[in-house]
Amino acid sequence: MLLKNSYLVFKKDLSSELRTRYVINSLLMFVLVIISIIRFAIGDEKVDNEILTGLLWIAIFFTSVSGLSRTFVKEEEKETSFSLKLSTGSNSVILGKLFFNLILTFSLNLLILFLFVIITDYEIKNFSGFMIVIVFGNLGLVSASTIIAAIISKANSKGTLYPVLSFPVLLPLLITVINATKLASVGVETGKLLGEIQILLSYFIVVTVASLMLFKYVWED
Amino acid sequence: MNSIELISENISKTYSGKVIFKNLSLKLAGGDSLTVLGRNGSGKSTLIKILAGLISANRGDLFLKENNVKVERGKWYSKIGLISPYLNLYDELSAVENLEFFCGLRDENGSDSKDRINSYLNKVGLYEKRNEPVKNYSSGMKQKLKLIFAVINEPKILFMDEPRTNLDSEGIKIVYETAESHRENGILIVATNDADDIELCSDSLNIEDYK
Repeated sequence: MLLKNSYLVFKKDLSSELRTRYVINSLLMFVLVIISIIRFAIGDEKVDNEILTGLLWIAIFFTSVSGLSRTFVKEEEKETSFSLKLSTGSNSVILGKLFFNLILTFSLNLLILFLFVIITDYEIKNFSGFMIVIVFGNLGLVSASTIIAAIISKANSKGTLYPVLSFPVLLPLLITVINATKLASVGVETGKLLGEIQILLSYFIVVTVASLMLFKYVWED
Repeated sequence: MNSIELISENISKTYSGKVIFKNLSLKLAGGDSLTVLGRNGSGKSTLIKILAGLISANRGDLFLKENNVKVERGKWYSKIGLISPYLNLYDELSAVENLEFFCGLRDENGSDSKDRINSYLNKVGLYEKRNEPVKNYSSGMKQKLKLIFAVINEPKILFMDEPRTNLDSEGIKIVYETAESHRENGILIVATNDADDIELCSDSLNIEDYK
């Protein structure tokens, strides 16, 4: 029942998004702008991998921050949240939104990574380790961003609140994932990244479990 | 027989220090019906939202009981139907997609729900436009679709907040028929400032008496 309803919420969000392009268009534009700015800022300079890793995560973080809040904000703005509340339990809603945000974020971040590698001299020496870190980093990023989006969707000043609230919550994740990405890009073996990967996985599990426990209070009030 | 009860004990609601209503108690059981009266902005919709479990009261207790057993608040949705101006369906989806989505969530899938959806769409005159996105509908057509949304899962408690909004005489007739058929077994609560709607219910309360 929970998984079936979560899937229905995910499917509804996906088909709504593909028809309205409410989030995708603005995010694609945002990705192109941020990648272009990075390209113009670097110019012909030779930039260290460490700095490039930081720039890559700036692009990923701000793209996620600008897009992930929309799934819940849209329900409030279009006054559809009450119909959803009268049709299913809170856990189906948060899981459905989480799946949708995961698909959206993974797709966009793969695009960011692809464009980033093309426009810079970014070298990824341990590609498998790098991708594992990116996947686990994204899981945590999406999980935390989704519950924060649910909280701020009830507030009046949504746009301002989102980055302010999400930054402190995401800080431990960002520090770990940036460090692990940097290490993987310079060729550190995956085995030596296990500590960081465990932290990223734990962060994802803790935040997801906390979201499932807390979301009903956000949703029901 | 499956019995349902909605009980509020001294519930109060304030917004930014302003009292919307206070110490409102009521007890409704299957077969009961209540009209909530009051001027615009008097708090009728707020009371409906609280009774439907969509928002919380600041004070007091609210229970929903089925067969004398309290229903957990997170499960109220399965007992409640609501038609109101502040509840919308998804504009970018068609009427059929909206209803299939909501029926699916309420665990009513397969041919049975499809037949029921088609039958309701026929009844309110939306069948021909069932595959058009809801954003192309007129306000009256949207209101009829909301009426289907409210009753399609055969709720035990039906809330109607300003049910005549944007409806023509044919639409109002459908609302009246729906209300009449529901109040025989379930609980019917209608919020209105239209004197004609008082006939829909056996009891009434004026929200302004609870300021």
